[in-house]
Order: sequence, then structure tokens, then C-alpha cells
Amino acid sequence: MAKMAGKQMVVEALKREGVEVVFGYPGGAIIDVFDAIDKDGSIKFVLVRHEQGATHAADGYARSSGKVGVCIVTSGPGATNTVTGIATAYMDSVPMVVITGQVPTALIGNDAFQEVDIVGITRPCTKHNYLVKDVKDLSRILKEAFYLARSGRPGPVLIDIPKDVQNGKAEFAYPEEIELRSYKPVADPHIKQIERACALIEQARKPIIYAGGGVVIAGAHKELRALAEEISAPVAMTLMGLGGFPGTHPYSLGMLGMHGSYCSNMAMANTDLIIAVGARFDDRVTGKIEAFAPMAKIIHMDVDPTSIQKNVKVDVPIVGDCKKGLSKLLKVLKEGGRDQETWKNQHKAWWEQIRAWEKRHPLSYKKDSNVIKPQYVIERLYDMTKGRAIITTEVGQNQMWTAQFYKFDEPRTLLTSGGLGTMGYGFPAAIGAQIAFPDKLVVDVAGDGSIQMNIQEMATAMEQKLPVKIVILNNQFLGMVRQWQELFYEKRYVATRFQVVPDFVRLAEAYGAKGFRATRPEEVDQVLKQGLETDGLVIMEFAIAREEGVFPMVPAGKATTEMLLV
Amino acid sequence: MRHTLSVLVENNPGALSRIAGLFSGRGFNIESLCVAATLDPTLSHLTLVTSGADLIIEQIIKQLNRLVDVYKVVDVSEGEYVEREMALIKVKAEAETRAEVLRIVDIFRCKVVDVSPKTYTLEVTGPETKLKAVLELLRPIGIKEIARTGTIAMAREKKTV
Ligand SMILES: Cc1ncc(C[n+]2csc(CCOP(=O)(O)OP(=O)(O)O)c2C)c(N)n1
Repeated sequence: MAKMAGKQMVVEALKREGVEVVFGYPGGAIIDVFDAIDKDGSIKFVLVRHEQGATHAADGYARSSGKVGVCIVTSGPGATNTVTGIATAYMDSVPMVVITGQVPTALIGNDAFQEVDIVGITRPCTKHNYLVKDVKDLSRILKEAFYLARSGRPGPVLIDIPKDVQNGKAEFAYPEEIELRSYKPVADPHIKQIERACALIEQARKPIIYAGGGVVIAGAHKELRALAEEISAPVAMTLMGLGGFPGTHPYSLGMLGMHGSYCSNMAMANTDLIIAVGARFDDRVTGKIEAFAPMAKIIHMDVDPTSIQKNVKVDVPIVGDCKKGLSKLLKVLKEGGRDQETWKNQHKAWWEQIRAWEKRHPLSYKKDSNVIKPQYVIERLYDMTKGRAIITTEVGQNQMWTAQFYKFDEPRTLLTSGGLGTMGYGFPAAIGAQIAFPDKLVVDVAGDGSIQMNIQEMATAMEQKLPVKIVILNNQFLGMVRQWQELFYEKRYVATRFQVVPDFVRLAEAYGAKGFRATRPEEVDQVLKQGLETDGLVIMEFAIAREEGVFPMVPAGKATTEMLLV
Repeated sequence: MRHTLSVLVENNPGALSRIAGLFSGRGFNIESLCVAATLDPTLSHLTLVTSGADLIIEQIIKQLNRLVDVYKVVDVSEGEYVEREMALIKVKAEAETRAEVLRIVDIFRCKVVDVSPKTYTLEVTGPETKLKAVLELLRPIGIKEIARTGTIAMAREKKTV
């Protein structure tokens, strides 16, 4: 067999993995790979303006499409710039392959120009990573990387390739199948555990389904819905779980946790059975752990055994893929022979209680005719897009208002940094999503702080002709931090007030995009309409109530029932 | 509770730092860590002593298993097992204490591996408890230096890692 250069192996592997687009930024240590990609001509290359943008774009591409996102950057500073994006993908289990150039093997360890131990730096925030020392290993490593990234609990995998390995030659031996004796993700849940779970479900009077991002990742939304409808159980979702169950469904309680709805937090606190699916009992969800769901038995289904029994004691652990797990669970339940009426009757009192909570404190905000309320902007955005857009968010209040007031019915329509909470995520992620879905409406909901973290990617969006719509909720504050300062630091707004905020409309124009601004409530509709109907990249800026807060709110460390309400 | 874990890990670069990093990054405690080759050149054997409540130990084992390089993890302290550690102990040995040191050497079946006008260097092997006992007896005499290997362990009888 003819020998192949390492750089061509990379191209060949990308093609075999069905990769159509890569995001990246060049440099001396990766120039050869870029050259090979260009010569080959079959893979689209998206040049970003900052390597963090490349990782978030690959991430947005992956989250929206379910495919592996790929990003290629140079060594040293190029590689370190990807770390935030990698950690973001790691925390939210996003399949991603990051290829970094490295100085020639002979120089590794010598503090050579642009050398950094990126494998060492990213070890705690990758699912796995490799430094390729010999070109003979490269094809196998590429195959493994894609396999690891997408199988089991997905995650980012980094491959660091020294320049001489990129140019060295070896046989291209791309394995068909991967057999890693030390890596055997469990997919098929144990039937005994499923049966135990069913027994608990049959006894429960006040069950609740607690759905997380695992449902979305596993593509288990249909199965989840079937389960909820079968047993007549309410569904509360984590931020990452939104869209995993239709937000408009009568059984949806919306989000739970720190900024969850009153109803879902009360239901969680009073339930006698939690059916947790692809969720991990994050502290933003549980609040003070000792006070969390004191009466509840817990069934916990997750593909990653480390998520189970990490934060709470679980009665029935089910290790496995959520899609498979839920269908098995449903099947066994149905074999039990109860009809839906029986389930409904069994949970009648529970539903009455839930509806009462919903009535007592529905998600709401104080309307105002003088100043734009951010919640209103999101509500109108929802109405005008009919919930059919892919929404990305930045981090902060903008993210929480979006989670609360935009109803996500479909999986993979909300892309947001949940685990790491990365400001600057939303816009590059929107670029990735728009590339995956050129014909869909993609909207980034941003704060004025977050958007400035990766605003340079406007150039990327323009270059790629991506019609991303950016909604900036401008409060001239780092709003979420300001909210904490307001509530817990006697309103000492330290380092959260911006004294200089750019004119976003003119900034849009500077990049060749369009910009619209609303400063009064009656302008909101007009600006949204104009913005959504204008072709190409658009910024819609809304001057919102400066000191608006996100409510309900569970103060950190408090029980989830100790909510501050509007 | 003290637990002794036996871990088989792929002989890949970075595997050990991944394990060490897992412990430091997640705030788990490592009391001792010993790594060496096995009969299979592609695998290394690692003995790890740690302590914590049951839930923590469960997490540690799961997190270890989650690492792509980790082939197998067994909590040998769950069943019957043998464990050994070796120490070199340099102890003051002047006219009035020499006999006492030798008596301890005798009782604990240690070996004197080096002698100087003012010191003995002893080799001690045994479970951690034995090492502790020896050190306790030698301390009043005057220990000048110690070097320990950390624990290695093996499940008894049929159970293999
Ligand atoms: C990279 C990064 N740095 C700091 C933070 C801490 N942080 C969380 S929310 C927030 C404020 C966000 O402000 P803005 O983007 O204006 O959004 P708002 O809350 O006003 O909607 C900050 C600073 C973070 N999440 N990410």
C-alpha cells in the first residue's frame, strides 16, 4: 500500500467520518494540514477570528446537528485559546474533535517557539486526548478520536500533531471498527433495574420526571413523551433538558432549579418518586442538597455511571442510553396491563396540587409601558418565530429569561452553555448552527456583556454569509452578577457597570451587517419584525430595564422551596 | 474507611497523570500510589490507597473506570487480600542504642542493609500496620531518614484483577 503523509491522513479521516465542515485558525504548526484540506477541496473550511470562536462554532454545529464538530488550530497560543471552548463542550457532553498543531517532536519539551503542553492543559477537560508521536499511529488515533467523541457519553477529544508527524509518511490504516478493551460504554440497561423502576412507578402517588440534557443527546424525546403520557406524570426540565420534552405540552412544568418555575420546584420538593433521565442533580438544580426532595425515592437513568449516586442517594440506578432505557421501561410498564385511565386516577390528587401551584405563581414579570422588559422581548420573539428558530444564548440573565419565556418544543433548538456557563458562547455557536442548518432561522440571545466576548466573529458570519440574528438585551450591566450584588451585597455594584458600551447598531454596520435598536416598549415588535425579515447578519438591540432581575430565584445554598418571587 | 484499589491501566503515555489528575481535580485523597509493569507489557498495575465514605469510594471507582485508559478497577479491600509495603529506615545507632535497634530488627524480622559508625539502615517489609509499629519503636531512638515504597496489594486466592 502506498504511504501517505500525516496531513493527508487527517483529511482522509475527516472525509471517512463524514465531516463536511471544519472551523479553525491557521499558524505555522498547522499550515500543512490546512494546505492539504485546501488541495483536497471537499471539506468546507470556516476561518474564524479567534480560536475560542472556532471551538464554540464546532460545538454549536454539533449540538444542533448531532454530528461531531471539528476544529483545527495551530500550536501554542492557538491551542490555549481553544481551552474555554473545549471545557464548555466537556461539561455539556458535546461530541467534538479538536486538532492542534504542535512543534516538531524533536523540539517538544524544549520551550520551543509556540510550544505548549496542550495535552497536559486539556487533560481534565477532554474526554480523552492524544499527542501523536509517530505518524504510524495517526490513522488509528484519528479513528479512535471520532469514536470516543460520539459514543457513550459524548465529549471533546483533542489530538495534538507535531509538524514532523503531519509531514511524515506511513501507511494509512484506518480501522473499520474500533475495539478498545478499556473503553466499553454501557448502552443497554439492565432489565432487573428496569423492573425495579417499574415497581416503584406503580406505587408512586406523586411522581415527577426530571429530564436533562441526556434526553436531547440520546434523541430520546419521543420516548420521554410517551412515558409521561402513559403514566400521566409531570415533567420538569433542566436548562440542558429544555426541548427534550415539549415546552407547550400540558405536562411540562418548565425548568426547575435556581431560576426554575415555582411549580416545578414545589413539585420536586413534594414528590414521592423522581424519575431522573439524563440529568445529573447539578447544584443549580438541587439547591441545598440536604433539603432536596426529602420524601422522594429516586430512579436515575444515565449513560454515564459516574453521574449516578454522585450528588444524591439513588434507589434504582439504570446505567444506559436514555432512548433504549426509556423504551424498555415503557414496554415493561405496558406489560403491567394498566391503562392510562388508571394512571390518571392514581395521580389525580397530585395533578390538582400541581395545577394549584401553577396558578399561585405562574412565570411572570411586572409589565411596564415606559421601559422595555427583557421578558417581553423574549415572549415576542417566541411569538414571531412561532417557536421554530434555533436559539442560542449567551450567559447571564439573557440566558435565564430565554429559558423561562421561550417555549422549546423540539430537541436541539436551544443551544446554551449549561455546565460551564460560558459568556461568549452563544454567537459563535449560532454560527456553527447556521452552517449546519443554512435554511433555519438562528437567533443568538445575548447580553451586552457576553456579546462583547466574541463579537469579532461577526466578521466570520459576514464572510460565510450567515444570516444569524443577534438579539442584544442591553442593560449596560453584567446583569446577572449585578442581580446578586443587589440581593446579597447591599447593591454595591462592583465591576458590573459598563461605562462604555459600543453603539451596537453602528458596530453592526462597521462589519457590513444591519443593526436596529428599540428603546421604547412600543418599538419592540417593529424592531423584531424588521430584524427577522432583513436578510443577512443582523443585530437587534433592546435598551432594557437596567435593574431587572430574574425570578423566581433560589439563593445559592438555599433549599429550592426558598424561592424569591417576582 | 481505608480502601486499597487495584487498577489495571493501559501502558499509554499520560495514563498515570490522568489518574493522579483525577484525584487532585476532584479533591479525592491519595494516601499512596504504586505503579509497576505487569506480565502483559501493554498494561501497568497500580495500587492505590485512599480513604473516604462509601459514596466517595464508589465515585472514585466509577470515575477511574470512566477514564479511557483504565482497564479494570478492583477494590481489593472488599475481600481478603494481602498487602505489603517496604521501607528503608536510617536510625541512630550509637553505643547505647545499637543493641536495642538490633532487638527490634529481630522481633520484626527486618534486615540491616547498611551500617555506619553512627547509623543502621534497616529494610522493613510488611503491611502498613507493621511499618507503623516499627517506626513507633524506632522513633524514640532517633530516626534520621525514611524512604517508603507505598502499598502494593493483591486479592487472595482465585480473585485476580
Ligand atoms: C467567561 C465568563 N466570565 C465571567 C462569567 C461570570 N458571569 C456570569 S453572568 C455574568 C454577567 C453577564 O452579563 P451580560 O452578558 O451583560 O448578560 P446579562 O446578565 O446582563 O443578561 C458574568 C460576568 C461567566 N459566566 N463567563
